[in-house]
Amino acid sequence: MHALVFAALGDATRLSLVAKLCGGQLGSISQLTRGSRLTRQAITKHLRVLEGVGIVHSVRKGRESRFEFDPRPIEGMKEYLDFVSAQWDQALARLKSFVED
Amino acid sequence: MSDRIEKRIELKAPVSRVWRALTDYREFGEWFRVKLEGPFVPGQISRGQMTYPGYEHVKWEALVQKMEPEKLFSFTWPHPKSFEKADTPPDYSKEPVTLVEFRLEKTATGTLLVLTESGFDKLPADRRLEAFRRNEGGWTQQLKNIESYVAQKP
Repeated sequence: MHALVFAALGDATRLSLVAKLCGGQLGSISQLTRGSRLTRQAITKHLRVLEGVGIVHSVRKGRESRFEFDPRPIEGMKEYLDFVSAQWDQALARLKSFVED
Repeated sequence: MSDRIEKRIELKAPVSRVWRALTDYREFGEWFRVKLEGPFVPGQISRGQMTYPGYEHVKWEALVQKMEPEKLFSFTWPHPKSFEKADTPPDYSKEPVTLVEFRLEKTATGTLLVLTESGFDKLPADRRLEAFRRNEGGWTQQLKNIESYVAQKP
């Protein structure tokens, strides 16, 4: 859900988690908690929110889960907005020609 | 990333001229490329058929919101899953809608038109992905068609 993706990203902690993961490397909860003032539990809670909107997936590796970033939900929104935006550019150009003649 | 689109365009025409082009259903139809069944009336659904090359099968439907003369014209309209040809006509009453607003301001050279489309946050993500991905090739081609069409008929 689009609204939920926005909500998911509208949080400083979650944004920083996405920033850590968007380079492509998998991160374990331990790694993602390192350097943060938050507890493991809090970080896990944030990761579950991101998982819930599909921007992050957990990958089972040995005993610990690792998390990876999935850009597709964000790309989908951006692509669609770009597409609608381009349609409006064309329509408004036609309006301009229409009224300025 | 945003949940809205905003466009600002300076038009070398008086506000009254621009207002007419927006709110007279025949004039709107000419530049937007849709054949509308009748006038825009606040609170009423406007229906028509797209005349845009390649999209002649697409039905137009919009619920007119506000018409404040020479100031604001707005409507909501649906974003369907797809614009592909379908055997059964789509039921737009079930589709999520966005809000389109045209605001007009008088300027020294004519009119400043501000177009805002908002409410994208209400569109389901899977639907937008599907509609865009399935039609991606088609849209790219259509955008090329648009470009050459507009260049031929300025």
